[in-house]
Amino acid sequence: MRKVGVIGAGMTLFRRRLQETGKEMCFEATKMALDSAGLTRADIDMVVNGTAPDAFDGVHMKGEYLLDGCGGYRKPYTRVFTGGGTGVFSSIAGWWHVASGLADAVLVVNEEKMSSCQPHPQSVFAHIWDPILDRPLRPNLVWIFAMEMNRYMHVHGVKKEDIARVAVKNKRNAVGHPCAQLADPKITVDDVLNSEVMAWPVQRLDISPPSDGASAIVLASEDFIRRRKIKDRAWMSGVGWCIDSTMWTDRDLYFPEYVARAAQTAYKRAKISDPRREIDFAEPYDPFDYKELHHLEGLLLAKKGEAPILTREGVTERDGDLPVCPSGGLMGVGNPIAATMGQKIGELFWQLTNQAGKRQIPHEVHTGVAQAWGDLMQYGSVVVMSS
Amino acid sequence: MATVFCAVAISPESASNRGPDCMRVGIIGVGMTAFRPSTPEYSWKELMFEAASRAYADAGVDPRTEVDSFVTCAEDYYEGFGIFDEFTPDQLGGALRPVCTVTGDGLQGLANAFMQIQTGLIDIAVVEAHSKASDILTLEGIIEHGLDPIWNKPLGGHPFLIAGLEADAFVRKTRTSVKALAAVVAKNRTNALRNPLAAYAAKVDAEQVLSSAERFAPLRALDIAAPADGGVVLVLASEAAARRRHANPVWIRGIGWASDSPTLETRDWTQAAYAQLAAEMAYRLAKVRRPATEIDFAEVDDRFSYKELQHLEAVGLAKKGEAGRTVLKGGYDPGGALPVNVAGGSLGCGNVFEATGLHRAAEVALQLRGDAGSHQIDGVRVGVAQSWRYIPSATGAVAVLGVGQ
Repeated sequence: MRKVGVIGAGMTLFRRRLQETGKEMCFEATKMALDSAGLTRADIDMVVNGTAPDAFDGVHMKGEYLLDGCGGYRKPYTRVFTGGGTGVFSSIAGWWHVASGLADAVLVVNEEKMSSCQPHPQSVFAHIWDPILDRPLRPNLVWIFAMEMNRYMHVHGVKKEDIARVAVKNKRNAVGHPCAQLADPKITVDDVLNSEVMAWPVQRLDISPPSDGASAIVLASEDFIRRRKIKDRAWMSGVGWCIDSTMWTDRDLYFPEYVARAAQTAYKRAKISDPRREIDFAEPYDPFDYKELHHLEGLLLAKKGEAPILTREGVTERDGDLPVCPSGGLMGVGNPIAATMGQKIGELFWQLTNQAGKRQIPHEVHTGVAQAWGDLMQYGSVVVMSS
Repeated sequence: MATVFCAVAISPESASNRGPDCMRVGIIGVGMTAFRPSTPEYSWKELMFEAASRAYADAGVDPRTEVDSFVTCAEDYYEGFGIFDEFTPDQLGGALRPVCTVTGDGLQGLANAFMQIQTGLIDIAVVEAHSKASDILTLEGIIEHGLDPIWNKPLGGHPFLIAGLEADAFVRKTRTSVKALAAVVAKNRTNALRNPLAAYAAKVDAEQVLSSAERFAPLRALDIAAPADGGVVLVLASEAAARRRHANPVWIRGIGWASDSPTLETRDWTQAAYAQLAAEMAYRLAKVRRPATEIDFAEVDDRFSYKELQHLEAVGLAKKGEAGRTVLKGGYDPGGALPVNVAGGSLGCGNVFEATGLHRAAEVALQLRGDAGSHQIDGVRVGVAQSWRYIPSATGAVAVLGVGQ
């Protein structure tokens, strides 16, 4: 198998109701990623696009629509889609384009424009349910995540304060991120606990709201990196992806088994046998604050029920023993679904190549893991990267 | 675990002096449902299940323990869901296993599974695509929703206008007679009479096509493939796994995919640039230098009659302007020099949307294995499957399949 490196990354500002169309946001992120790698579109063999529901942007075959903004004109171009898992999954698709030997340099461009969806993207989420078993109950995403959060808190006896610490940490970490929508240097645990209740136990500041944005990365083979004398690169050393059954009502929501299986595959491919010791920092998917904890356990970086304790003890702070979401994550930077590749794969690249600026982890880091989560609480995509 | 992989990327600079040297990937299982105008007794999940069960039985694999990766091909709006990927694992035997969706044509899914196996980390992969078009109440509205929301959709035309305009540009540029378009329809619907899975098999002649209702000039009612329901699943394996498991694997000798401009204003309207680019890539991987003499038969997208001719010219199986004259002379008949769409094409089998390309690959594989039943053609060793992502896209893929050494 050929080694695959990330050699460039770019991301747009994350905001609800940006003036740009989806194509224009893709162009912006693509240009930034190519510039950072010192390449032009002519150097790129193939393009992968990742974007979540078409109904957000309101365009059928959204991948075809975004194609020229992503640099895919007259190139082999594919869109992949695994719900929220696309945020990391599209980079895995990019990885197999290069690792297979079919391409030397590949662009991966992720986009989401949720504000086109009126009156609120939640109306799209009304159409993600089984039409016979679920839809007649008129479920809503916040409700089912409230169920999952409740189950997690109940099984491990987790207090809401310990979950709110994640929101505080990530919104503070996002200060200094040029794309951040939700950075707040002064936020406290009490602010989160006193925010409006959406569906108990989920409160407004436990959620990352809808957003618009795009992100892009450039992947290349080891040979290409050597030939072009590219200095800033981080290797994709392990990838894994896994989907659980559609029947979410049939499983115990307290632990994401599908994330654990994806992580085990990725660690095995990266030759990591003790992730807690060998992983220096992590970018788990955190659209809700409890999800960071849930996913840290799924990634086998904390024992079941241990993640809130690590958070309380400061282990997951940027200067802690295991920095988690040093980018600010989705809670701090924002959540234009697939475009969060910028805080996940992008952040791993920037941290591992010492380009994270104010967000740089103060101690030396060599190996990081990024993860995204999606579909009906059933998808895990995991990438391990090393310097 | 396989250890040999493609040694050279397909970028022009590297391909010019060194031929790519890929590990072989074989098709070891083919499963299809019948294609029908509607399937009221089946949900989309049951269509997928039936096609998958047939493919697994053909390959002799247990999806829950032996398949390393599943790729499904689907678009949300066709399926009627916000995130269709959610609904894919159970009926394929893929729960708690690596499954992903390629929002593309089935041949693009095949290309991704091919690459996964080329990494050496995956031995057996499954590709699935299906259509449950009969569930769609507003098909034209969905297709129209694929137009640029600022520049094109507000014009309010029927989306098939694009096919009419393109057909007009094609026949003018290549001096193709509309009789040739009618001959394509007559050939494919008649061919479908020998395919028990086809939805729209009929003894149609060119005169009937030319006297059918005028729709999007020069296209008439019978020039347009009608929608159908159906499912297709292929099981792929690395060379070692394929040889271990199947007496007669069909090898994917080359695969390519490409997109022309998505905007109507800047794309090439006379020739299918996407098909030409995809074919160049597939032929490069397959080391096919003279497609017109090295390819024995072809399954190409014919969802509008002119598309079959346009695609044959784009993939180098006919000279520019020749395809129309050849079809009129019977050159693409089952007994002709280059049999095309022997199974009936989309005009005969029905338009199965994202499953169209995978259906073509499945038909090529069955022909090469000698398993095509009453529409079997004799002595074929190498075949081409070509796909297009339908209106309003300019995206397509090409696969070169072969048997023997």
